[in-house]
Amino acid sequence: MSVGKRFPKVDGASKADGSGIYADDISLPRMLHAKILRSPHANARIRRIDPSPALQVPGVVATLIGAEMPEKYGVIPWTHDEQALATDHVRFVGDEVACVAALDERTAEEALKLIEVEYEVLPAILTPEDALAHPEIKVNERAKVGNITKQVQLEFGPVDEALASAATIARQTYFYAGSTHTPIEPHCAVARVDADGNLTVWSSTQIPHYLQRELSRVLGLPQAKVRVIQPLLGGAFGGKSDPFSLEFCVAKLALKTGRPVKILFTREEVFYAHRGRHPMKMDVTVALDREGRISAVDNKILIDGGAYASFGLVTAYYAGQLLTGPYRFGTYRFDSKRMYTNKPPCGPKRGHGSVQPRFAFEVALDEAAEKLGIDPIEVRRRNFIGEFVETVNGQKITSNGFLKCLELVEEASGWRTRHGKLGPGRGLGVAGSMYITGTAYPVYPNEMPQSGVLVKLDRSGRVAIFSGASDIGQGVNTLLCQIAAEELGCDPRDVTIVAADTDLTPVDLGAYSSRVTFMVGLAAREACLKLAEKLRVAGGANFTEACQRAEAIEGAPLAAAGGYRTQKLGGDYRGGTIGASPAYSFTAHVAEVEVDEETGIWKVSKIWAAHDCGKALNPTLVEGQIEGSVYMGAAEAQMEEMVYDQRGLLFGPSLLDYRIPTSLDTPDLESFIVESNDPGGPYGAKEAGEGPLHPAIPAIANALHDACGIRIRELPFYPQRILKLLRERRDKERAA
Amino acid sequence: MMTLPAVEVLRPGSVAEAVELLRDKPGARVLAGGTDIVPNLKYGMYETQHLVALRGLSKELRYVREEDDFVKLGALCSIDQLSREASMLPALADACAQIAGPQLRRMGTLGGNLCLDTRCVYINQTYFWRSALGFCLKKDGTLCHVVKGGKRCVAAASNDTAPVLLALGASVRLVSPRGERILPLRDFYLQDGVHNTVLQSDELLVEVRVPVRARSLKQAFGKLRMRAAIDFPALNLAVALEVAQGAVKSVALCVSAIAARPALIRGLEDLAGRPADARVAEELARRAQKQCKPLTNIGVDPEWRREVLPVLVRRTVSRALQD
Ligand SMILES: Cc1cc2nc3c(=O)[nH]c(=O)nc-3n(C[C@H](O)[C@H](O)[C@H](O)COP(=O)(O)OP(=O)(O)OC[C@H]3O[C@@H](n4cnc5c(N)ncnc54)[C@H](O)[C@@H]3O)c2cc1C
Ligand code: SF4
Repeated sequence: MSVGKRFPKVDGASKADGSGIYADDISLPRMLHAKILRSPHANARIRRIDPSPALQVPGVVATLIGAEMPEKYGVIPWTHDEQALATDHVRFVGDEVACVAALDERTAEEALKLIEVEYEVLPAILTPEDALAHPEIKVNERAKVGNITKQVQLEFGPVDEALASAATIARQTYFYAGSTHTPIEPHCAVARVDADGNLTVWSSTQIPHYLQRELSRVLGLPQAKVRVIQPLLGGAFGGKSDPFSLEFCVAKLALKTGRPVKILFTREEVFYAHRGRHPMKMDVTVALDREGRISAVDNKILIDGGAYASFGLVTAYYAGQLLTGPYRFGTYRFDSKRMYTNKPPCGPKRGHGSVQPRFAFEVALDEAAEKLGIDPIEVRRRNFIGEFVETVNGQKITSNGFLKCLELVEEASGWRTRHGKLGPGRGLGVAGSMYITGTAYPVYPNEMPQSGVLVKLDRSGRVAIFSGASDIGQGVNTLLCQIAAEELGCDPRDVTIVAADTDLTPVDLGAYSSRVTFMVGLAAREACLKLAEKLRVAGGANFTEACQRAEAIEGAPLAAAGGYRTQKLGGDYRGGTIGASPAYSFTAHVAEVEVDEETGIWKVSKIWAAHDCGKALNPTLVEGQIEGSVYMGAAEAQMEEMVYDQRGLLFGPSLLDYRIPTSLDTPDLESFIVESNDPGGPYGAKEAGEGPLHPAIPAIANALHDACGIRIRELPFYPQRILKLLRERRDKERAA
Repeated sequence: MMTLPAVEVLRPGSVAEAVELLRDKPGARVLAGGTDIVPNLKYGMYETQHLVALRGLSKELRYVREEDDFVKLGALCSIDQLSREASMLPALADACAQIAGPQLRRMGTLGGNLCLDTRCVYINQTYFWRSALGFCLKKDGTLCHVVKGGKRCVAAASNDTAPVLLALGASVRLVSPRGERILPLRDFYLQDGVHNTVLQSDELLVEVRVPVRARSLKQAFGKLRMRAAIDFPALNLAVALEVAQGAVKSVALCVSAIAARPALIRGLEDLAGRPADARVAEELARRAQKQCKPLTNIGVDPEWRREVLPVLVRRTVSRALQD
């Protein structure tokens, strides 16, 4: 039996010893290297562009401008608002304008400086408030009203009535700064066109299928002539789930020159490609009744989207729709607006759309509970929504191990004896959360399966699995080996995975929304079960013999397919399906912090994280996901922020200026796996890749309150902000 | 990937050969560990066509020895090596241990650290980024983004060994084709962010000399940074006190990562004779804060750095007095 066991990642050794092939390791005969010219202005019209001087440079082979592929694209079909290279309007500092292919990178880069571009500089919109105030300055023409990408207003139950009769209300404004993914591998793409005109693009993408569709549309090639292959990926975290300019540029240049073309982004360019966490301003009201039950939640959310929509339509929904567990809300209302601004586009970063409101809500809940004198863990327990219930906004919760999660972190952290009693400068805080396990619907409406897996058995005893899913480090390829071993009785090491190649593998929609283990897992299991039945009938002394006998009976190679079919889910109202998921994961954290009250410097000494993933198909991978998530959440609390100057220039687009914690800045982490055995998931599994991030930030904020009596409502929790709050607290104490 | 401009790397085998190459190839620059100059070259900060690599001088310039009342440190000692071998000067070893991260400490050298180019958030950036911002005084431009209307670059000295060696009264030995000179380190640095040392274009820093008496000074190094590794200092400082019978005999305090020149805090002579206690630490903190004005050249809130500065001084002095 293989599922549920610890099993090393199948690609782990090749990543560690350097033998794994990433996109940048691909080098083809006669390959050219291309570089992209970017806009130095946050908002400008392109009056004239002339790339021809660049062509004069020895070693330059081709240039490319927007007019050569003006078709707009975007990951969501309703918001096609980007061009690979701008034809007439640049919308942020770093927006792509032209491209040069040359024999080497340095020549291409030098040649970029010769491209002549005349800009008419326009006033730039740099904050969502400005975007609202100046509808006459259009950041992106796709916005129907002013600069709004999307506004969602929903109300469930009589919120105002509930507010009027509340025992206590916490009402505050919270600000979540934008952060970015910082995968170790920068984006890279290589394109090649064969003699028959078939285009192949190798790309560090987490959405090969959507990329194939967009490449076909923008380049005007039939989809059957476009092949996308995702090689080994060096981290993504949502930062590679849009189609990006480099993919179109290498493809078009390969078509133009007949030679393979590569683009590898610099770290700076990764910052401009961005699609990270949206900055959000949230006016949150949480009302409790006398027993401490949540009677109303009201959230007004202003979202800073950047220059393009990306997944923004979904972001505007997720910001409100995903808050309604693990606690029962008596009534709920949200009004969320995603604004276009002249900055690099935001998008889905691990915990897409819901990390920010979760922070605000969990801090507000603490504050409200404190007013009633209820312990922070107790108030969360009291409001537990339960299993197999419907949320106030019509989402169907199945299994729910949240109470167990709370209990584990309460125990492990010594909460009862330590919360409120650690002495000055040290404290504990708690928070909980819920997250989706995939979304019920694909980004483009269709009736076909969201995931497909093909399994082939060879008479040698080798198993081959063809899966469209992207392994972005979460370990889906390893899980596929384990599932095959579980159902077929083969050795998991005798499985070959052919993955994420649109010519060879069935479609999977991509590695986003924590959908992969659940959907691909079910599809793989279905295929394996079909074959297992044939092996059982055939009999045989061992797996290889069973394969041979079964093949003889079949009179044809042994293969089977499985798929994940979308279920009908979600509330019966406009937008009710967004955020509807076949299962939800749950998490609870306790964080411990230490604050130096003289300098404001603080650190997280420890985080205890318990996560209900349904069933840990491979506990090592689940722990890895929990630890990685907690690290990322704590990092956003500690130091990560995308900062811009008054002209829209991203401050310090490098890993020296944009700080992420080093191993020394990372708290001690202890993770606990909770298994609620979901009836719908493969072997009971749900998700573990994104959910465990959420509580880290509010747990830390709540711990800072326990440590020194301050409420920090703005990320990141810079020491200077802590120091200022400490001073305000002291001033207040003195006045009292 | 970021590309390196085309440069020819020259590989002399001796100090004499190296300084001749520097003289003969105008604009040539020294390449020691390369941990500072290589990223800066990629950022387009220099127009250099030639790099004079010092690796071939390792035998000549990599030593820690005591001789003629000096602790002598060869310019090619690696930072990592000094973090272990300079234990007779604990503040120096401590400063070295806090530079960058393990890989960079192994590549980086003492000479490179002392000759480190000044840093500023508006200059250590790509050519594209600087072009979008508008070029500044230090390279390609005429204005300063830190001091509006400023005519002099105030990019910050960011080397962690400098304040320690200044506080310990070190000097440096410089060699050029014209011969050699020995200079107190306090005369080595200039108040000009474009080029903050007196080093001539054909001159090599070959050795650091610390008077042996520095070994008996009560000393400590303090560094403010946002992360526990990798980060350049947001403030750094070193203190060295001569203490006899519980009283201060002399004190040197150097604060850096503020402007182009590490600042030896002035007017500390009157502290001689005071008890070496918490009060003297407070006093040093007060004076340092008065004399230092953190700016926006470093990407950490200057207001906060100003507030934290005296705390850091006080704690560092207390640490020195404890040992
Ligand atoms: C990510 C990162 C973090 C860093 N953090 C820190 C930090 O925390 N603290 C810190 O102090 N430094 C830090 N550094 C800077 C650098 O790594 C060290 O200062 C190192 O000691 C520089 O030595 P090097 O030999 O690599 O210098 P190089 O890059 O080789 O040279 C630096 C400069 O000095 C000149 N030079 C070198 N040797 C001589 C010589 N013998 N005579 C004359 N001129 C010479 C070079 O021409 C060049 O201009 C960091 C660097 C990086 C990339
Ligand atoms: S201090 Fe001024 S002149 Fe010097 S590098 Fe910074 S911005 Fe440029």
